[in-house]
Amino acid sequence: MEIAKKLHPLERKVLPHIVNHSSISELAKVSGLQEVEVMRACQWLENRALLTIKSEEADVIDLDINGHEYRKKGLPERIFLKAIAEKPHTMSELSKKLSGEEINICIGQLRRIGAIEIKKEAELVFSITDSGRKLLEKESEDERLLKKAFPLKLDTLTKTESLAADELLKRKQIIKKDRRIERTITLTHEGEKVAKENLDIDLIDKVTPKLLKSGDWKGKEFRAYDVEINVPRISGGKRHFTNQALEYIKSIWLELGFKEMTGHSVHTSFWDLDALFVPQDHPAREMQDTFYLKTPAKGKLPEKELVSRIKKTHEDGWTTGSLGWRGEWSSEKAKENILRTHTTVLSALTLSKLKKEDLPAKFFAVGKCYRNETMDWKHLFEFYQVEGIVVDEDANFSNLLGYLKEFFRKMGYPDVRIRPGHFPYTEPSAEVDVFHPIRKEWVELGGSGIFRPEVTKPLMGYPVPVLAWGLGLDRIIKEYWEIQDLRDSYKNDVKQLRDFKMWLK
Amino acid sequence: MPTVTINRKVLDRIIGKKLPDDKLKDRISMLGTDLERMDDSEIVVEIFPNRPDMLSEQGFGRAMCSFLGVQTGLRKYDVKKSGEKVIVTKEVKDVRPFTVCAIARNLKLDDEKIREIIQVQEKLHITFCRKRKKAAIGIYPLEKIKMPITFTAKKPEDIKFRPLEANREMAANEILEQHPTGKEYAHLVKGLKKYAVFQDANSEILSFTPIINSHKTGKVTDATKEVFIEVSGPSLHTNEYVLNILTCALADMGAQIYSMEVVYPDKTITTPNLSPREVDYSLDFLNKTLGISLNHKEFKENMEKMGFGVEKDKVLVPCYRPDIIHQVDLAEDLAIAYGYETFIPELPKKATPGEEDAIEKFRKKVSILLAGLNMLETSSYHISNKDLQLKKMLLKEKDYVELANSKSEDYTLMRYSMLASLMQILGENTHNEYPQDLYEMGYIFRQDDAEETGVREDLVLSIVKCGPDAEYTKIRQVLDYLFTSLDMKYEVKEASHPSYMEGRCAKIIVGGKDIGYLGELNPQVLENFGVSMPAAGMEIKFWVIYK
Repeated sequence: MEIAKKLHPLERKVLPHIVNHSSISELAKVSGLQEVEVMRACQWLENRALLTIKSEEADVIDLDINGHEYRKKGLPERIFLKAIAEKPHTMSELSKKLSGEEINICIGQLRRIGAIEIKKEAELVFSITDSGRKLLEKESEDERLLKKAFPLKLDTLTKTESLAADELLKRKQIIKKDRRIERTITLTHEGEKVAKENLDIDLIDKVTPKLLKSGDWKGKEFRAYDVEINVPRISGGKRHFTNQALEYIKSIWLELGFKEMTGHSVHTSFWDLDALFVPQDHPAREMQDTFYLKTPAKGKLPEKELVSRIKKTHEDGWTTGSLGWRGEWSSEKAKENILRTHTTVLSALTLSKLKKEDLPAKFFAVGKCYRNETMDWKHLFEFYQVEGIVVDEDANFSNLLGYLKEFFRKMGYPDVRIRPGHFPYTEPSAEVDVFHPIRKEWVELGGSGIFRPEVTKPLMGYPVPVLAWGLGLDRIIKEYWEIQDLRDSYKNDVKQLRDFKMWLK
Repeated sequence: MPTVTINRKVLDRIIGKKLPDDKLKDRISMLGTDLERMDDSEIVVEIFPNRPDMLSEQGFGRAMCSFLGVQTGLRKYDVKKSGEKVIVTKEVKDVRPFTVCAIARNLKLDDEKIREIIQVQEKLHITFCRKRKKAAIGIYPLEKIKMPITFTAKKPEDIKFRPLEANREMAANEILEQHPTGKEYAHLVKGLKKYAVFQDANSEILSFTPIINSHKTGKVTDATKEVFIEVSGPSLHTNEYVLNILTCALADMGAQIYSMEVVYPDKTITTPNLSPREVDYSLDFLNKTLGISLNHKEFKENMEKMGFGVEKDKVLVPCYRPDIIHQVDLAEDLAIAYGYETFIPELPKKATPGEEDAIEKFRKKVSILLAGLNMLETSSYHISNKDLQLKKMLLKEKDYVELANSKSEDYTLMRYSMLASLMQILGENTHNEYPQDLYEMGYIFRQDDAEETGVREDLVLSIVKCGPDAEYTKIRQVLDYLFTSLDMKYEVKEASHPSYMEGRCAKIIVGGKDIGYLGELNPQVLENFGVSMPAAGMEIKFWVIYK
């Protein structure tokens, strides 16, 4: 497409004049456009490499309020001399022509150079001297400067002009000094060619319903757009980025045949800890790690039969074949309300309701857990965990590794390893690491294991192997969106929400 | 988690060879300990709470030595009879009911070994002894003590001695108020009428347990050749394990362990007992649990790598292993010996139906609708504070759910109003481009006696439109679009709600039930959150619309 047809009407109006004019103000004058329109057109033309805009900062002098007036009327000292050249004037006569302040300046100045004589009669009387008359015959340097085209660049002034400028700058609001950006517009070689073309062509700029209905466009040409130019950004509505990631994670487990578990954030310690065989004096139960509730501080325990099984299991192992923790189990401690420390509480609840005829069964949950931490860039008191359990007579430790490997493969981490670990409710227990493909190192992402019989038998009534894992998600989310500070995941900065890429896995 | 610092020279000596760093790093993590750092002279490892026996150089070295196959199988610890007695009086029954004791002789102490004894004592105190609550350890130079020893309880005013690190005699309560260690552990004896002490035949106080030893009789130096060791606390079996772990570590350092008779009013026990425990096992069960198939010989070899002894149908568990309480605990040790890295991942080919939670599915649909209206979903914390959730929203309700022990004043209350959380987000985004149209689905928390926990968690949907054009009609249109798309009927009725502007607020009713409010936000609420743009919003109980 030839360039001429791509030009905006403003560009077409300005371009031919650039051959003869190089400043924005001149171009505005000759094209009949406003300065802003000229500026915009020039910028577009510059983008098309048809012209260059050279911007220079320069010190200039420009006319001030009085300067404009004196340029028309002449400087006060000339008016003063002209008046007294005809006949001597008194102060009151002069004040009809000039302001008091102007008269005072003139008296001072003219007396110093001996151009006037002053007599004191009833009033002061001013008359002209010979040297005064001589002054009237020719134009002063000051007057000559004032008649030039302003603004004037300071560095273009002659020596006498700049002396005159200094004098005038001392006087009240005649001229002022300023710093301005001077733009010089010059056509490029390409620009010169285009400027010579016939730009006065009749192109249709906007397609309007009226135009379409009338059919007036037929046989005419449309202005071509620069389709490669950048456009302003827009943004639309979308899900929060963490929820996008969680949705994908959920879909992996659903594809693997897992049922979703959901549930509350507030639980009694009974469900979150005791049912999971966490001893009542375990450090995890200490105030500094776990959020306890003030109101309501305690909840109720479930049916007696289950409570008594859990109590016995803690105290002496009940019928699980375990020795138990061999200490007294307090039901009051079990009633304490806490914010769930892990999503494993949902697994405990699920197991307590699971019927033997529904086996094998697999469940997962994705949800927030809470840890009483002081927040900083790598610690949050709320974090996401994905939980999974497999309840199956035949399930074993090798299967556990199989499920974890499959999950992480789909998350983009093909290499998974397990290391010995420890959790009060699993045995064997394993820490789960994935190999970070970019950082080239093993990264710990969670814990796993097989639920102890002390967990499964009291909850279900019979012992069945239950594979279980709880994996942290915030790290994966943080990595995906290159978030440095974990808190930024929940900052809800509207700009960030608008600009973040989608979860693309 | 507790860490233990290990001198590499000592470790090399224990395992009888020097391992390259890489190999050692790998073995440390595959033994079930976490390497924290390693340099030429020291290794720092984290020990999981189930393995207090590894909280010393000796204990860790012993485990590593077996794991590497240098010295496998059950270790025998020889205990000779000392014939010495510790008399336990009936006074301690309600104060600190149990103690177990031992004597160690032939200690060749140097600074290094003393440091090690202090380390193991400290680490056990912090972890397995639950900061001295469950058990406390005392170690004394034997030559300063006249046998027999009495474990008794006395009135605070009758206890006076010079504690360790003090330059004068102090009374018991003075110690609790002034001595740094006394202040640290004072809470453990709070409310007791009598305090437990060990004293010797000269009525010299050896220690005020679980607080501090006497300077005179309770300070071990490099001149010490023999020590008296006691462990006291409310749990006899915990005391026993602590004593076993400690004496085995001393024996590994070269000491000879002697038993003592602990004479209770109703019985006499001889401690320590360093012989192994027998635990039944089923190889089938262990193989099935792990998904492997070891024969008896392989099983035996593996268990010996973990320091166990194996007989035909029994496993001999070392006296320092309190964590073996069920045969599944053997499964883990077997897995460690077999090597976690050796297991082959196996995904069972068993079909079970996957199923997404129905409400979660519905949530996604609502999200699609709202994103289609150019709204952004936010994700805010569940924990907030009263000022933000109630006061700024001009709410005066009292049924909020408060936390007891948050470390931050800004996070003390469970979310009461989702709209409040959205308002806070608007307040933090005043520098960003408008309009800002936001939504979030999540739980709000209320006290409710009908619930097991006394807390009701309601899933709500909250929407806010904020910008120069935001007004009642705009939010009402959203509501209308939402319900039309969900094929549901609703009614709105003029209502009054402190967070909304009077005369521009309505109640939303579905099937005769109030499910929430909508309206223009009260300008006072906008001001409270620092928002100087009009906003209109709503909050509805989500589960009601789901039904």
